[in-house]
Amino acid sequence: MKPIDEIGEENRTSIRDLKEAREEPKIDNQLDPSHQAKMRALTAEFHDAEDCVGDEEVMFGAFPQQEESIAVLFPNAIQAIMGATELPGPATIPKRRQELLKWNGWGYNDSKFIFNKKGQVEFTGKRYRLGGTVLPILKEWMEKTFGASLEHKTLPRATLNVNDVPPSFANEEFLQDLRGTKISYSQDPEDRVFRAHGHCLHEILVLREGMFKRIPDIVVWPGCHEDVVKIVEVACKHNLCIIPFGGGTSVSSALECPEEEKRTIISLDTSQMNHILWIDERNLTARVEAGIVGQDLESQLAERGYCTGHEPDSMEFSSLGGWVATRASGMKKNIYGNIEDLVVHLKMVTPRGVIEKSCEGPRMSTGPDVHHFIMGSEGIFGVVTEVTVKIRPVPEYQKYGSVVFPNFERGVACLREVAKQRCAPASIRLMDNEQFQFGHALKPQVASIFTSFLDGLKKFYITKFKGFDPNVLCVATLLFEGDRERVLQHEKQVYDIAAKFGGLAAGEDNGQRGYMLTFVIAYLRDLGLDYYIIGESFETSVPWDRVLDLCRNVKERIVRECKERGVQFAPLSTCRVTQTYDAGACVYFYFAFNYRGISEPLHVYEQVETAAREEILANGGSLSHHHGVGKLRKQWMKETISDVGLGMLRSVKEYVDPNNIFGNRNLL
Amino acid sequence: MKCFNPVVYKGLSPCKPSAIKTTVLHSDQVQYVIRQLSKEMGESPDIIQEEAIEILDEMGHNIQTRAIRFFALTLSKVFKTLFRKICVNGEGIQKLQQAIQEHPVVLLPSHRSYMDFLMLSYLLYTYDLALPVIAAGIDFLGMRLVGELLRKSGAFFMRRTFGGDKLYWAVFAEYVKTMIRSGYAPMEFFLEGTRSRTGKTLTPKLGLLSIVMEPFFKREVFDTYLVPISISYDRILEESLYARELLGVPKPKESTSGLLKARKILSDDFGSVHIYIGQPLSLRALASGRIDRRPYNLIPRYLPQRPSEDIQDFVNNVAYKIELLQIENMVLSPWVLIATILLQNLPAIDFDLLVEKTLWLKGLTQTFGGFLEWPDHLCANKAVTSCLALHSNIFILVNGHVVLNDKDSEGGATEELVFKQALAILMCGSYRNQLLNLFVRPALVSVALQMTQSFRKEEVYSCFSFLRDLFSDEFIFFPGIAVKDFEEGCFLLTKCDIIQVTAQEILVAEKGSAAVSFLSAMLRPFMESYQIICRYLSKEAKEAFTEKQMISGIRNFAFPLLETGSSQCYEVLSSDVQKNALSAFVRLRVVDKMKTTNGVTYAVKKDALNKTADMLDSRIPVIKPVTARL
Repeated sequence: MKPIDEIGEENRTSIRDLKEAREEPKIDNQLDPSHQAKMRALTAEFHDAEDCVGDEEVMFGAFPQQEESIAVLFPNAIQAIMGATELPGPATIPKRRQELLKWNGWGYNDSKFIFNKKGQVEFTGKRYRLGGTVLPILKEWMEKTFGASLEHKTLPRATLNVNDVPPSFANEEFLQDLRGTKISYSQDPEDRVFRAHGHCLHEILVLREGMFKRIPDIVVWPGCHEDVVKIVEVACKHNLCIIPFGGGTSVSSALECPEEEKRTIISLDTSQMNHILWIDERNLTARVEAGIVGQDLESQLAERGYCTGHEPDSMEFSSLGGWVATRASGMKKNIYGNIEDLVVHLKMVTPRGVIEKSCEGPRMSTGPDVHHFIMGSEGIFGVVTEVTVKIRPVPEYQKYGSVVFPNFERGVACLREVAKQRCAPASIRLMDNEQFQFGHALKPQVASIFTSFLDGLKKFYITKFKGFDPNVLCVATLLFEGDRERVLQHEKQVYDIAAKFGGLAAGEDNGQRGYMLTFVIAYLRDLGLDYYIIGESFETSVPWDRVLDLCRNVKERIVRECKERGVQFAPLSTCRVTQTYDAGACVYFYFAFNYRGISEPLHVYEQVETAAREEILANGGSLSHHHGVGKLRKQWMKETISDVGLGMLRSVKEYVDPNNIFGNRNLL
Repeated sequence: MKCFNPVVYKGLSPCKPSAIKTTVLHSDQVQYVIRQLSKEMGESPDIIQEEAIEILDEMGHNIQTRAIRFFALTLSKVFKTLFRKICVNGEGIQKLQQAIQEHPVVLLPSHRSYMDFLMLSYLLYTYDLALPVIAAGIDFLGMRLVGELLRKSGAFFMRRTFGGDKLYWAVFAEYVKTMIRSGYAPMEFFLEGTRSRTGKTLTPKLGLLSIVMEPFFKREVFDTYLVPISISYDRILEESLYARELLGVPKPKESTSGLLKARKILSDDFGSVHIYIGQPLSLRALASGRIDRRPYNLIPRYLPQRPSEDIQDFVNNVAYKIELLQIENMVLSPWVLIATILLQNLPAIDFDLLVEKTLWLKGLTQTFGGFLEWPDHLCANKAVTSCLALHSNIFILVNGHVVLNDKDSEGGATEELVFKQALAILMCGSYRNQLLNLFVRPALVSVALQMTQSFRKEEVYSCFSFLRDLFSDEFIFFPGIAVKDFEEGCFLLTKCDIIQVTAQEILVAEKGSAAVSFLSAMLRPFMESYQIICRYLSKEAKEAFTEKQMISGIRNFAFPLLETGSSQCYEVLSSDVQKNALSAFVRLRVVDKMKTTNGVTYAVKKDALNKTADMLDSRIPVIKPVTARL
């Protein structure tokens, strides 16, 4: 095992060369091209692994490469699914985010869905494996689902108009003090606008067509914990407002600047605090600065053969501190746990001082856990600067899978049984029929007649032979992780349970595509926005016995509310069960509609979203499973945690931050 | 043979009636109660489970298309001989058709006759709509063959009382809810609980309504449609049976032989039937913002849960709302007007005068929003004549005068004469009551105006509110404050130029005094009956008495009054008025209700009774604190 510093730039280049060198596909033709592409990269990474972690060579050599089993060291899921072909450097996100990331949409500048000359959807850029792939069915799906048409296009403005940006207010005394700290800062309009928002629909629409009323006056980039302490001191001295900014992927209006805030707003961007401070292999923990984004954390740990296993859908861009502040949940929580299970120790800078525990004992009985004031505090108490997280050896083997169920009811019953037997794989998700079709629309072009023939055969088997109605059936996607033998055993156990509920194994490919949907959905939304389609996702958690009723009622409520508000074409209203727990499940909804012919689409959208949340609450669902409350869902906090509960939080706020320095006004 | 391909609920997964029973038996709800009872009684769960199976077998319907075909065939024959025509509102059918597909549907018809549910099933069958399952009284099962036939055509049977029986309640409630949840078929039951013998809409029974609402409260269904349906008959099949029953001749037990004997009515003419299917009400819309969701979120849904006060209030309000809609949509035949006039002009009225008054009342009814089915193609004379012909068992035309038909009652003892007279008047009253359902608010204002002899609005209002309270078992008033009812009454009277309302005063218009008298005369039988009952209670009632004793007591007290002619109020003989008066007096704390081991007994509070009697007789003004609210 090589220490982290030894894997230099040089080494990485050679890895890339290796990949390119191994282009020639030696894979069975039965797989479609995306699979082939995947296999290609897998082979490459396989050899990466050999290069970096030589002592596992034997283990890899032990089993043959066959199309059904993929044995690989995965740096992280995104590379696995979308196939990032470059290993990221130590800091993926630069200070000037706009140089790398879209200023008015999701993700990287060079990566987006477009309609190519043939009128087919294509994904651009080389960053993802999907890059350059044509998705021939997607257009038809868009037309069929939304009544969208290529002819009706609404384009955003090309660049930010700097003159529209509200001016920066910051008094000279403060700036002088700030300069004294030697911490880098910027009052550049672009920098400030970039940190004025998260990725809620209304925020993206504002970027495309308008301007925020209030944005940060100044952006600061602390480099370490001590820098943060200094900034908070200065802000307290001058009574200014700090809004911490991590990855900027919030979907709860948590980053929006309160319009009524008269003080200078400092956006505290943690992105430069992105180092792994140490790795403790004896205790399997790592001390990490809170600004590190998910993909950097995982790839840097992977260099040492470890991972945290925390993979929220936004992990390319979201930061460790952000996960803590929102009580984030990862796709593979069944193995690794949610953020609250991963955190061993953390440090937060508040106006009252620094809070941290005195030791890293794995569990303590020392009164209510103060970590739980910090996790989910959404930036109202202070800034999380450093976190000790649990790490695990990177799993030896990973395998996708999928199961088709005759209907959603049977699927939920199966997931419930899996949860009951506590044998959930790393990830198990159940997509409803609409989402299955959505996922299907993302199928790349079929290369060979044989593949399409095989697809047809599979379809025939499921729909005709097994009698599944293609408009009713639903699909569960699975991801197994661990050592090979256990994975195969585990896989059998899960498929056996599925069979009891009428489930048929439907291959790895379907499974993998299911997970791809998660990562491309945000890019797809940008495409939709160009064609009068607006949409959003939201989530909840709910006891098992109410899952079916909640899914049905919320979807129906969305359809009805849209109809009542004059939406011409029935909306996309779809859900999936994304996490299983002992006592319930997490349900994720997608909701999108074509807004042509509606004068105030955003208003309609917001009303429907509110109605959907009301419906969730009325069905016994929670206000949020992992997105958080922010300002978007504040109105329901009192109902959710009771008057006394709210009072308890307020009194903590009152003690920690009496002058409301951390004035983003989330939660309370 | 007709092809029957009904429209059904979109979420329906078809299943056999027996499958429902199995689902119910194995439901968490029923199993929970079985375990509880087994613990309480120390009996093995198997035995209790057996009991549950028996209950289910007794209760469950066994709907079969064959039986329905058979029924449809026979019914169409029977209906053709009995009735001239059956009318239904077309757009109502359309809306119902849509509703049935969208969400589980609960049909809530008015209940005037046994014909009601046959009529409705027949109608749905004819229009290719999913046939309802119907909550019927267990007494039908006493009828051989017919009981089973009803079962096969979708009736399920509930015991009339099962308050104490936990197992029965659990099984029954779960049976109903299972059918609602699965959208198995439209559910039909009568809010009034029983057939109204008087033509007045009865106060709603809430038990079944709250059961069918529960799946929505627990969000097991997205929504539930409640459909008020008004069924009215030109002439009610059971009219004379009802009158006899009210006068104390016991109701014949439902039996097949009785049914066969009743076939002689087939030769009679019963006019037309009107079915009005109201706008389906979305329970979701009704409940919006009124239901606290926490209680439902924090307890497992299978646990039986006593509805909170909010929920009870809500269910009660919805029940009243639906009954008021039933009244509003009820088609009134011209005979209803004629009966009202005839009752105010006993023993005889000149035919031409009758026609003139009927036309006047027609105008009034239409302004009050009554849904009058007037034969426009006929001249008024002919319309009245044809109505009289249909009801010649009660009134006949003799020498240009309309008089009571007493051809059966020649000779006989005076007591029998009184009985015969009462019979005719009660029959006739049941038609007047159909109009009174609608007229009660302006009529009460009229009575209040006459009683107070004052123009001051607050005095009139306090009298109105006293009477509304007193009569709240007789008529349907939306629960809550009386002001709205008062304002509605005043509004309707103003609309007809009967009164003028200023900020402080209510003035009877010059031309309006006749109308005021007419309207208050409509309520006179009730006023007088209550007065007589008051007199009886203060003079004759024992220390403690039962309802039964009171009823016979009042009859004995009233008979001489009617014989001697010192009272004309035959309706005081009606057990309906007597029972309502008793419960009103209990509510007003004039009579104490006591539960003893021998059942319920009552005792009069003399002072309070005298005071109420004085107010009723307008000897002392009504004083109520609520006046401040005006």
